[in-house]
Amino acid sequence: MEFFSVMAQVWSKYSHLFLHGLWMTLYMGALTVAISTVFGSILALLRRSNWGIGPFKPIQWIVTAYVEIIRGTPILLQLYFFYFMLPSWLPFLDLSEFACVLIACCVNSTAYVCEIVRAGIQAVDIGQTEAARSLGLNGTQTMIHIVIPQAVKNILPALCNEFIAIVKETSLASTFFIGELMTQFKTINGITYRVLEPLTIVGIIYFLLTFILSKLIALLERRLNASER
Amino acid sequence: MQVNANGNEIIRVEDLHKSFGSLHVLKGVTEHISKGEVVSVIGPSGGGKSTFLRCLNLLEVPNSGHIYFEGTDITAKGVDINIHRQKMGMVFQHFNVFNNLTVGKNITLAPTLLKKKTQAEADEMCKELLNRVGLYDKIDQYPKKLSGGQKQRLAIVRALAMEPEVMLFDEPTSALDPEMVGEVLYVIKDLVKTGMTTVIVTHEMGFAKEVSDRVFFMDGGIIAEKGTPDEVFNHPQNPRTQEFLSKVLY
Repeated sequence: MEFFSVMAQVWSKYSHLFLHGLWMTLYMGALTVAISTVFGSILALLRRSNWGIGPFKPIQWIVTAYVEIIRGTPILLQLYFFYFMLPSWLPFLDLSEFACVLIACCVNSTAYVCEIVRAGIQAVDIGQTEAARSLGLNGTQTMIHIVIPQAVKNILPALCNEFIAIVKETSLASTFFIGELMTQFKTINGITYRVLEPLTIVGIIYFLLTFILSKLIALLERRLNASER
Repeated sequence: MQVNANGNEIIRVEDLHKSFGSLHVLKGVTEHISKGEVVSVIGPSGGGKSTFLRCLNLLEVPNSGHIYFEGTDITAKGVDINIHRQKMGMVFQHFNVFNNLTVGKNITLAPTLLKKKTQAEADEMCKELLNRVGLYDKIDQYPKKLSGGQKQRLAIVRALAMEPEVMLFDEPTSALDPEMVGEVLYVIKDLVKTGMTTVIVTHEMGFAKEVSDRVFFMDGGIIAEKGTPDEVFNHPQNPRTQEFLSKVLY
């Protein structure tokens, strides 16, 4: 069949481009995951804080507003917004296109991770906290030694889904030609005037990537569960 | 073992009120508990028993009133409740053993973290405590593997590891399978014999009658009747107490 033979030709000729795209996708995905896990967790803890005067709780409000706005607008819009906003509002930072897109991805997924972490902490039985507090542990000690270790197990599966979503969402960054897999498709499409063949190759790479990722995380989950048997 | 009320007072509660939203649960409880005294709190569900107990170590913060523990008003502003909680052990209906820690770690975490003991001292005490409740062979297991009765015994010695002055029991046998009630009550009885000041919210009337120095009958957010087990169980004066006891088999 012509489709497969063209696919084979496209692959043999442009494999270096696909591999470079794969590398960029992984690089961007990993950075986004790492950064948004850190900031998302911090925001989730901040959101729990009751710091404020009476009903006026500014930290809670700001974090909640941020999460709601990010979740309520399309990621493509956010990408555009940061891509144009950062260089024009903060020109002295001299950010590259890649940096702008990366920041947009991080801002987006931090909001989702924040929600995941919050839900994970909330799912830990309140009795665990009460028992720890009744022994004289303060709030911070209770979080560190009792709540967070148990919350991690609630958080991990949802975080895994978010990671896979991030890997796929990096494809939207191709709007700005930053070199990840989807950009490579556009490049090869421009050279060969072929659509389906390079698109299928990119699809297979995405699928293998997320499939392997989900299997790895399932393995990690099993390990974590086994430790308490 | 009747203790003089004015003597070794360890807990004093004055006009305690607690509401959850529009639900007024405690409507002015005034009471004192002496050192070494064993007090059982009985009464119908929703009468405020558990809320009263949970107020004693401020797991519930009362809306008004005062709680004095060893002479200190722990409801006052600026009091570090964590210090006082170290001296008040609590055992919960649903055990609340730490699921992420081994049996041994459940016991040693608080004493070592709060600098009451070195790790070696804590380990030594942990061994002793687990032997006392027959759980030493479980020391390296996680609570998931324990039965309800074992979890509750662990929860009791976890509290004892802080060497508290008072032990608070919040319906310690209500969530247990019937055949496990005995083993937990046995441990509590053993503890009471050592002279530990104990407040126990319970539906085990026979047990309350046997171990208590005094019994509080709580209903409608107040202590409706109190006295020695003989007074409350055998000669109740309040019609509500009479009605409650007539409905309860023991």
